[in-house]
Order: sequence, then C-alpha cells, then structure tokens
Amino acid sequence: MLQIKPILVALKRHKAGTILIALQIALTLAIVCNALFIIQQRVTRLQRPTGLQESDLLTIQSRFVGVADDGVAPLIRSDVLALRQVTGVEDAYATNSYPLRGGGWSTGARLNPDAKKPTAQTTQYFVDEHALATMGAKLIAGRNFNAGEIVVADPKSLKTPPQAIVTKALAEKLYPKESALGKPFYLGDDKTPATIIGIVERLQVPWSGTWTDNFNDNAVLLPVQLTSNFTVYLIRAKPGQLADITKSVPAALFKNNRMRVITGERGIRTFATVREQAYKSDRGMAILMGVVCLVLLAITAAGIVGLTSFWVGQRRKQIGVRRALGATKRDILSYFLTENLLIGIVGVVIGAGLAIGMNLWLVSHFEMARLSLVYVLAGVVLLLLLGQGAVLAPAMRASRVSPIEATRSV
Amino acid sequence: MFSYYVQLGVRSLKRNPWLTALMVMAIGFGVAASMITYSVFRAVSGNPIPEKSERLFIPQIDSWGPKYNLLGNEPPYALNYVDAMAMMRTHKAKHQTMLYPIGLSALPRGGQSIPFTVEGFTVQSDFFAMFDVPFQYGGAWPTSDDDQRAAVVVISRKLNDKLFGGENSLGREITLSGHNYRVVGITENWNPKPRFFAVWGGSSFGNPSDIYIPISRAMDLRIDTAGNNSCRGRIDYSDWDGWLQSNCVWVTPWVQLDSAAEVAQYRQFLEGYAADQQRAGRYGWAPNVRLRNVMEWLDYMQVVPKESSISLLVALGFFAICLINTIGLLLAKFLRRAGEIGVRRALGASRREIYVQYLIEAGAVGLAGGVLGLLLTALGISGVGLLFQPQIARLAHLDFTLVGLTLLVSIFATMVAALYPTWRAAQVQPAWQLKSN
Repeated sequence: MLQIKPILVALKRHKAGTILIALQIALTLAIVCNALFIIQQRVTRLQRPTGLQESDLLTIQSRFVGVADDGVAPLIRSDVLALRQVTGVEDAYATNSYPLRGGGWSTGARLNPDAKKPTAQTTQYFVDEHALATMGAKLIAGRNFNAGEIVVADPKSLKTPPQAIVTKALAEKLYPKESALGKPFYLGDDKTPATIIGIVERLQVPWSGTWTDNFNDNAVLLPVQLTSNFTVYLIRAKPGQLADITKSVPAALFKNNRMRVITGERGIRTFATVREQAYKSDRGMAILMGVVCLVLLAITAAGIVGLTSFWVGQRRKQIGVRRALGATKRDILSYFLTENLLIGIVGVVIGAGLAIGMNLWLVSHFEMARLSLVYVLAGVVLLLLLGQGAVLAPAMRASRVSPIEATRSV
Repeated sequence: MFSYYVQLGVRSLKRNPWLTALMVMAIGFGVAASMITYSVFRAVSGNPIPEKSERLFIPQIDSWGPKYNLLGNEPPYALNYVDAMAMMRTHKAKHQTMLYPIGLSALPRGGQSIPFTVEGFTVQSDFFAMFDVPFQYGGAWPTSDDDQRAAVVVISRKLNDKLFGGENSLGREITLSGHNYRVVGITENWNPKPRFFAVWGGSSFGNPSDIYIPISRAMDLRIDTAGNNSCRGRIDYSDWDGWLQSNCVWVTPWVQLDSAAEVAQYRQFLEGYAADQQRAGRYGWAPNVRLRNVMEWLDYMQVVPKESSISLLVALGFFAICLINTIGLLLAKFLRRAGEIGVRRALGASRREIYVQYLIEAGAVGLAGGVLGLLLTALGISGVGLLFQPQIARLAHLDFTLVGLTLLVSIFATMVAALYPTWRAAQVQPAWQLKSN
C-alpha cells in the first residue's frame, strides 16, 4: 500500500495508456453486465413449464377444402375418432390452440360482468373430455368434462358454455381468498357465467412473447367443439412411438378425408419442435450475448497483457535500479498488481455508471427490465479479477528482471 | 516511397507477431460483429418501396372510442367492415385499395393429386399499380371487375410454375377452395421486405403471396381473413352478417396521395367522415383519425425486431472496445520504436513522413483485420438463423456492398484509431532519443 504514491506518479507519465485501459474496462463492464442480465432473463423464460407432459406429443394443423364452416363438425368428429384408432396413438382431441403454438384466443375474465376492467387476462382453449389425458395436464381439484357437456359451436356465434376448467394461476387470481371450485366467472363481455368445475395445476398460453408475461399461466378450458374448417389436433403417442405416428397420423387423416391441407410450416410438429421454435429468439439471444461476453473479456484481457508488457519492457532499467536498491521480487510483482488494481477500480467505477445508464436507456427504448445491482457487482468483481489475472504474466516477467539491468543501457 | 513504407510496415508487423495478431483479431471480431448485426438490421429496417413511400398512406379511423382505444388514444390498426366499405364506395383518393390476407386451397390437375395451401390477399384493382407489382404476363384486372364482383385472380410466377408448368396461362381457370377463378395476370416474384402493406393482420416478413383476388368477390364468398381480427368491448355478433356489422377490425386500407394538397384534402375527408358517423350516432366520440405514410407506419408498428436493434447496439459497443484496445496496442508498438523514429528523424525524415509511414502500417493492420472480419462475417451470417425467425434470417446475406463496407470500415477505423499513437510517434524528439541511447 505504501507504493500507491509512486504508482500514481508513474501513471501520470503514462496517461494515454492508463486512460485507454480504464476506458476499456469501463465499456466492457457496461456491456458485460447488461449482456449477463439479458442472458439470465432469457434463460428464465425458456425454462418455464407448459403444464403439459411434453414428450410423446404431436401437433397437426389441418384445413378442409371446399367445405363451408357449418358442414365441418362431423368431419372433425370423424377425424378425431380415426386418430384415436391409429396404432401407437394413446389419445387425441381437436382444439383451436395449445401452449406455445404461437396463435390463439385471448380475452378478459371478470367476476362482475359490468366491470370495465377484467379481473385477469386469459387464453381460451376449446377442448373435449379427452384433452386432459392427451395433454398430460394435472387436475388438482374438481372433475374433468364429460362427453355430454361438449357443445358444437361456430366460432362466429360462440356463447360461453356453463362449465369451465381453469388453471390454478387463474383460479387464484379470480378467487384469491377461497377455493374457486363451483364458483362462477364471466368471459369477455358475456353476461352468462361459466362455473368452474375443475382446476388444473398449470397450462401455459399459446404465446411466448414478453407481452404475455403477466398472464402466462392463465388459461380456461371450455367444453366446445369449434366448427371452423381450420382445426388443430393434439395427439399423444404411446411411449416410444412418436416417430412412428408422426408418419402414420397424416396418412390416416388423408385416408379419412382427402380434401384437406395440412397447413404450412406449423403443419406437423412434435412438441419438442414447438418449444424450440417458440423460444428460438430467446435462446439465440442468450447464446449471442454469451459469445459477445466471452470474446469481449478475452479482448480486454489481451489488451491489458499487451499494454502492461510494453510498460514492463519500457521500465526494465528502472526495475533493475529498484532491485539493486533492495526491492524484492514480491515488491515488483505487487507494484504491477497494485497499479492494475488502481486503474481497474477507476474503470469499474465509471463502468458501473455506464452499465446502469445503458440499462436505463434499454429500459426506455425496448421495455426491458431494470438491471439488478447484483449483476453490476458481479461484473465489477469479474473485471477486477480479469485485470489481475491478465497482468500476472507480465508482472512475473518484471519481477524476474535482474538487478544487473540497472547497469545496462537499453 | 509508398512501397517502401508498405515494406517497412509489413516488416514491423512481423517483428511483434503476437501484438499484431492481437490487433488483427480484435479488429476482425469487432468489425464482424458489427457487420453481421448490421446485415440483419439493414434487411429489416429498409424502405420497401423507396420511390413511393412518401406517397402511400394508411388511413386510420377511430371506430372503438376512447374506452377501448390503443395506448395514447390511438385508433385501431385497421378498419371494420362498415367503414371499409364506405371508404371503398366514396373513392376519395385517386388510387386506393382495401386488403386483407387469405389462405385458400388449390388443387393441381390430375385425379389423385392432393390439395395444397395458397396464401395471398384480397385487394382492389389499384393495388398492383400503387405498389408497383411487376408482371410476367397480363396485369391487374380492370376496375370494372371490382364493381362486377368478378371471379378473377392474379397469381404469382411460382404458383403458375406449379399449376401450369410456367406457360402463359392467362384466361385459364383455377379452383380455389371449391370456386373457379379466371387468371388475368401472373406476377414476377415479388415480396417487398418488410411487407409494409400487411404489417398488421399479415406478417411483416412472410412468404411471397401466391394469389390476389378482388375483395368484392371475397365478400360474396364469405372468405374469412387469415390474419388478425381484433374486437373490443361487447362482442355481440352471432353470425357472419353480425360479424360484418360488429366493431371488429380486420381490413387494411391504403391510398396514394401525390401532393401535399391531396394529403390535406384527404385528411379533411377522413375527419368529415368521422364527424358524419358521430352525427349519425354510430360513434359517440369526436373524430380521431390518422394518416401515416409507409415509413411512418413501419416505425409506428415497430417492424424492426427488438433483437435486431439490441444486438446491433451491443455489436457497435463491442467494436468500440476493440478499437480502444487497438489504440492502446498501437501506442505500445509505435512508442517501443521511439529510438528508431529518432534515428530516422535525425537523418532528415520529416514529421509528415513519419505520419505517412505509421498510418500505412496501421492501414495494413486494418486490412488484415478486415479480411479476418470478412471470413467471420460470412461465418456469422450463416448462423443468423440462431437468433431470428427463418423468414428474417433468410434476408441477411453477404453481398458486394457488405464486403466492401467490411473492408472499408475496418481499414478506416484502424487508421482513425492510429491517429493518436501516430501523433505521439511523430512527436519523438530526434536529439533526445539519440542522446538517451
């Protein structure tokens, strides 16, 4: 610590290099903090459970050709029955959407039908009595639908059915203080209520974007068979048979009715693919930010090694003199480490300010969350350690300078 | 002299291979990160129709009212059916089109064939001229076909290849979802990026359209929108006609207005229309209209994905750090040769010559960094699919501009970074250096 004064004097003579290293540390800290924060946020998102048993699930989107909507009901019925007969299929049902599909219905749920603001936002899944088994969703209270409750309805003339199953998250939002089972609620602006007959542990909404974060686990299951010529089928394979039914199920559908199209890029997907596609940009962003962090730290470390090596080379003679005057190897080593620590501290102080400023800017422009100070602290420690690590090799070299250098001209 | 300096530069680069490699790598990584993210940004933020973007407008009318409007009392993104039809009839702008996305099925010839999906838009005749749609054969249907609700279709070159083997199929019939249409035009491959006219309701970076049919015909056949349908408040319709009369918005209008006077006139018309609706009791609120041109609309709809902007910013910061790093390393490298500079100065080299020599040396580092950066950029662009949806990833590509830009940016940035170190090198006092040795 006694060395701080001479170090400051020496640094004054190397202003440019000192400023450059400090600046580099500051900018690196600002970017690394924010990048780590983005990574953490994205990774948390992509680990969210859907509430489904995701293995052995297959999804198919199909559209009937040349059939008006009112003629579709028996066709869907026959499709579902055919699907349940396919070898290797455990169960199947027709619906409008499923978790992470990337498109579906959302609406407000109200306790009071005249309330301006809904109590909670929710998604609606139109299903039948096979849905829970197919999804592998866990019913934690109440009962499943029975076959007699399923109504057939045109999406353009849909009325809220008398029964509904809701997720635990939605039930707790609607009835925070008591059990929601057996209680009524209203969907959209409908004046007739649905009664909650069952509660499932969890079901995610069809979307993965950040705009759904505040109702991610709010879902309503309604006993409705929608008659739209665009239909989604969710199919559970018997264990280990997913690959087989991925081929046999489309064939069975075409055999049942040739006049259809299995639509586009989302036509046939295993649930693993559904999840991968839903979180593609989240995962990509996390990987990209990770790579950026690593390369950035490596470049900063390399810069410190480079400049310190130069300083050591430049000061060989002075080091020799100090050694001749009795300084130990340790003294020389700690001189360079302290020097770097001082520069590093200036750098991280500026950098912490920059990191927070950069985050505030991101918050205002990209609706990102506020940076937690833990990340700044972690970044500060990381960069100071990185600096000490980077300076170690040149400092060791400096400490090995022999006192004879003092007598030698460069 | 120039070639001599280049030689000197190369020799000096070889003398400290580690330091040189470090600089080249820093510049290479920095420039590559910037270029990769820029290539994506360029693809998603470009002007899709530069010649006309100032003259194409999307009118918005407040049909929801203050209780249900978007943030900041912004009117809905599209029109409901009633307003759309009213505007279609009044035809206040010289050129206008209503549109919405559709998905139908087509059946190739041959008994055993299976149908496939075709995607496109219902439009009005003006659509093709307004948006400069290029044609391979034929052209837009005449406006009279809009009025007569004719069963005509414009198909894409790709669909024509698929259905008719690429021959001139004008006048032939195709069956879409069970109804026959006569082919009147075949477009060239056309798909502006972003697809500005269907940002809401369609998809900004979707696949090229296969078909376009008259909106009037689509209404007769009750073809539902394949895109967004947004309703607010009490949803009280119970069938197709009820839906058409409801406050659900799903039709996107576009108008072409060629002068400031026309724009002002049209805005007046919109406000007049909204005021009429208020008087008629349809709307219980004051007129609230918007008239945005293409770029204003893309900006308002935030078409550039968040990922693209953030990664571009991070990459630029990254590049800045690489350059600061390079300044430091160049400084170390140049000043280490203070003795050599002193000798040269003493032997009569002017400051200018020192500048030239060291800037050339820096330029060589920049060039090497640029070449490395180019390799990394090529590698990185093939990995863009990691971060972005395939439709967007496909847009990022390495072209001549990008290659040139990579090399130029890299050389230029390195030379700018070298200014300070070079200045320091040129300040070396010959006498002082000679004496100290």
